[in-house]
Amino acid sequence: MVMHHIPDEYLMAYSAGILPESFSLVVASHVSLSDDSRARLEAFDAVGGAVLETVAPGEVTDDSLAATLALIGGAPPDPAPAAAPVATGIFPGPLQAYVGGDVDTVAWRPIGKGARQAILVSGESASVRLLYIPSGIAMPDHGHHGTEMTLVLQGAFRDESGEFHRGDIELADASDQHTPVAIGPTPCICLTATDARLRFKTLLPRLAQPFLRI
Amino acid sequence: MTQDPTTEAVWVDCMVRIRSARDQSAFIALFRHFAPRVKGFLIKSGADPSLAEECMQEVMATVWQKANQYDETRASVATWIFTIARNRKIDMLRKQRRPEPEDLTWGPEPEPDQADVLELQQESVRLTRALAALPDKQRTLVESAYFGNLSHSEIAAETGLPLGTIKSRIRLALDRLRHEMR
Repeated sequence: MVMHHIPDEYLMAYSAGILPESFSLVVASHVSLSDDSRARLEAFDAVGGAVLETVAPGEVTDDSLAATLALIGGAPPDPAPAAAPVATGIFPGPLQAYVGGDVDTVAWRPIGKGARQAILVSGESASVRLLYIPSGIAMPDHGHHGTEMTLVLQGAFRDESGEFHRGDIELADASDQHTPVAIGPTPCICLTATDARLRFKTLLPRLAQPFLRI
Repeated sequence: MTQDPTTEAVWVDCMVRIRSARDQSAFIALFRHFAPRVKGFLIKSGADPSLAEECMQEVMATVWQKANQYDETRASVATWIFTIARNRKIDMLRKQRRPEPEDLTWGPEPEPDQADVLELQQESVRLTRALAALPDKQRTLVESAYFGNLSHSEIAAETGLPLGTIKSRIRLALDRLRHEMR
């Protein structure tokens, strides 16, 4: 089933710290763009607070307190953080930290029909990449072995399940066959995490898959 | 376990005293309550006692150092300390990067509305009670997730916890924050 918002289990997994790094980057980027998702995430942090309150306490001695005070070393608390600069550019902060800058610093590689990609994290079980799709161009029709989470950063795309704009999340699982097409006046730029290699329906992209590392 | 909102108010007051007066006795009060819980949390998360002790001391030192980042309209003190402990745990045990959302900071802090603070703290107490009241099997599942003993695909969408109200309170606080930032 294709979904338009981040399901609770992903926010909870991110809050608990057990979501793979690739998906965490998509969640952190999305939350930077959506206060509603941020509120849902912080509600799950509150579950973590409740777990902390109810856990069996460990043994802590006065020596522990003395050692902690020594770590602090008599220094005052850090000053209040300065007002956050107004976010500029297309990439949210956590994504800029991975790329080393905004969209103009991405090392794109062409993947045909004017489309480009840049792989940011590639692990054994999960990877995350940026996609650049000119308006009117379709991604190859594909299904998934696992889960694919896509965040729109610029422009928009449309597929069988609807339209997706900046800040929107599409989550698709193994049973989905969908064909995203970039729409609108600007090229569509997306951040996409997959937890297994994509499975393409047509023969040619399947052969090309090991080279494209999609 | 924290049982009533007045206790929550005590922890918030400790944070305010650390922020405004560098009050060491306020820190010691927080330490006596939270340090054993942070250590217990880390042990449940798979750290051996000596690693948990070292990690706990760093977490509690961070509570002092970062006291100015605590926002009592968005989180209980327990929740805020949990996020510090979680991040330290990820650094220490998993050696993975954890991408964080952009910070929402607003420079010199306006005095938060005390009614907002109280309501958020009350919701936190309600949530803690609801967790304790879950059937064993369900509670263990939630706890296992936060201890890191589940994979993300084993997480159940339905926790049985009432999260709607606390989410609405946090959303309201975020709206006010955005208004202040303008």
